[in-house]
Amino acid sequence: MKHRTFFWFILPTLSAMILFIALPIVSVFIQSLFVQHEQVLVVSESCGPFGCVEETQVDTEATAKLREEQPLGQFNGLATYFDRSHLASAEIAEVWHTSTGLSSFIDGIMDLKFYKALVFTLTYTFVVTPLVLIFGLAVAVGVNNLPKAFRGVAIFISLLPFLVATIVGSMILSWMVDGEGIIGATLQNIFNDPSLSIKASTPLMWIMLMVYGVWHTLPFAFITFYAGLQTVPQDTLEAARVDGANKWQTMISVVVPHLMPLVSFVTLMLLMDNFRVFEPLVSFQAEAHAQSLSTFIVSDLREAGNPLYASASATSMLTILGVVILLTPVLIRTWRDFNAKVH
Amino acid sequence: MFLKKVALAGAVAGLMGSAAFAADCGPSGKSVRILGSDFPAIQAVAGAAEANCAANAGEFTINLRDNTRDMMNQALTPNPAEYTSVIVANSTLTQLMNDGLVRPLDEYVAKYGQHLKPSQLITIGGKVMAVAFMANSQHLYSRTDILGQAGVEGIPATVEEIVAAAEKIRAAGIMEHPIVMNMKVGWNVGEIFNLFFFANGGELFKPGSAEPNVNSPEGIAALGTIKSLLEYAHPDHLSHASNETQGLWEAGKAAMAIMWGSRGGAVLDDEGSSDEVTSNTVLSAAPTAGGGSTPAATLWWDGVTVAKNIPDEDAEATFAALVSGLTPDLMEEHNDKAIWLIEGFQAGPAAAGVSATAAAGAKPYPMIPFINLMHNALGSELVDFYKGDESAEDALADVEAAYRTSAKEAGFLQ
Repeated sequence: MKHRTFFWFILPTLSAMILFIALPIVSVFIQSLFVQHEQVLVVSESCGPFGCVEETQVDTEATAKLREEQPLGQFNGLATYFDRSHLASAEIAEVWHTSTGLSSFIDGIMDLKFYKALVFTLTYTFVVTPLVLIFGLAVAVGVNNLPKAFRGVAIFISLLPFLVATIVGSMILSWMVDGEGIIGATLQNIFNDPSLSIKASTPLMWIMLMVYGVWHTLPFAFITFYAGLQTVPQDTLEAARVDGANKWQTMISVVVPHLMPLVSFVTLMLLMDNFRVFEPLVSFQAEAHAQSLSTFIVSDLREAGNPLYASASATSMLTILGVVILLTPVLIRTWRDFNAKVH
Repeated sequence: MFLKKVALAGAVAGLMGSAAFAADCGPSGKSVRILGSDFPAIQAVAGAAEANCAANAGEFTINLRDNTRDMMNQALTPNPAEYTSVIVANSTLTQLMNDGLVRPLDEYVAKYGQHLKPSQLITIGGKVMAVAFMANSQHLYSRTDILGQAGVEGIPATVEEIVAAAEKIRAAGIMEHPIVMNMKVGWNVGEIFNLFFFANGGELFKPGSAEPNVNSPEGIAALGTIKSLLEYAHPDHLSHASNETQGLWEAGKAAMAIMWGSRGGAVLDDEGSSDEVTSNTVLSAAPTAGGGSTPAATLWWDGVTVAKNIPDEDAEATFAALVSGLTPDLMEEHNDKAIWLIEGFQAGPAAAGVSATAAAGAKPYPMIPFINLMHNALGSELVDFYKGDESAEDALADVEAAYRTSAKEAGFLQ
């Protein structure tokens, strides 16, 4: 394709991407550089059904005037990125100086919510992603080897976890593993321990979330690999068989290399999705044991009442940065493969 | 035919009877658009306003939904605002006032509010900003049959008595976890801390400033009190909010609970539970703690506001419509749906807990502009302490550090 044709071909997509993806990201970045104005406070008496008290209030007129002069707020530079809710540079320096050993240093770091969330998110990503890849491929090969008559049904059943909306699927499972639910109560009976509870234990909760993550995203990997399996060249397979390769050897030396581009694609998607894990944390009411950067964004925008835009924007930018860092190795690999094929 | 005529005549007479009290709906042909949370008392108030004044208004819409607080500021910010009135509570009024989105109501109160009690008027800095119609607070729910079976006399009045009673129930082998309370991570964890912090005499902020004041002996005492209760609480407590605790209570799986008064009606009615549970459930004042006399509760009100960014005549019609419903008639019809603040309310069994808690001198939930930031910090940073990973002092120091970070961003601290 000529460059000119290509340009006109891609223009609609490109402009939509700039308008709806690139510009909002720029705006979020700009927002993350500003914090709110100093609020003008006045102490006044407030009265209601339960009597009167002296309470502090915002002097809205004076504050509005400040806001009008500088609508974006006070310029704060990158300070929000390094405050205690994010990278916490000052806190880390303090922990470094006061800690007495490695374990107290780690305890100090894990007390900072950003790093605590990061540890969970990365563990989740690096456990769930490979498991989904392996099991997805296994299910795809299994279904592919079924007699034709059963394949339709098998595909449908394998896709079910993906069809159920995340929030619904995790909610149902959450009720089942609840101390009063069928799985939770059965476990308590088996181990004869009324205090045993998945929702009360951090390790059990993490396992629960990861099992759910694998169960839910498996069909995505499965259906992609299944489609890929239909394109494996039959003559290569036959040649392998003639050379005396058994099924396992054929799988490792012929099928998997053929599927490698799909593996890269699925890995990219899974890394991105898993790094932004959110719905299961909400549905499992797992906030006590596991937080992700996405839950912080929601909490800054919603729980705070009057939203903390700077903090939420900074967390968003850090999430994007995290995804980019995670994807870089896969992208470099894809780029190399591409170049190798071209030359 | 004859019967039909009688019925018709009766209906007409009934209509005339209710028309005898013609509500004053203010300027006619205006737009009234109400936003509120979806629960029975608000349904009743908004419904009464609609019945009285929909005919007089040019447009009359009611939108009752969950999580109104997540979108109300955005809805009232444009001019004209999306809604002419939001039905709020203590903390959400603060949220609207922080952005200057509601208007003073004094002139409307003088014109349309003669039937309101002075205590219904929420005045801030001398201006009426909201009109309250119902109250709410947390308090104690007890199962008298289980307490009796375990040999506990009377209803516990202090945290120490609750803990002792729970120990007796456990020792008697009746229940392993007799206590339930709303301890879901986030808002509920923060609120439970508030209850026991106030009961122990704490103040969240240094007077007249936005400086935090929770890392104090009162804060540590509050955490100690809560921990003593959690010893006997359901193991899943960090995921329990009102729906879960009410469910456990109605299923007969708890003997003592600290729950919202607004759940009283639903717990005591004949739905969702057995007669054994409902007939033995008693609602009483929130407990005191550590020898103090303040009940461990925060008092809340729900009330009506009028948006700032709307035409004055719409505002007047909105106010007139809403307060036209706040009458003894409404209250009689919906007596058990709320703890009404309307003139002449008689507290039934479902309202006994809140009435007793308010009478015992519980504190109202503070209407301070930065309270939400503190509440948020408490809700997320205390979890490590409850899970046993951190000491009370460290957890409270974390709360103050987290609060300072967000208060600086919001411009309350420099």
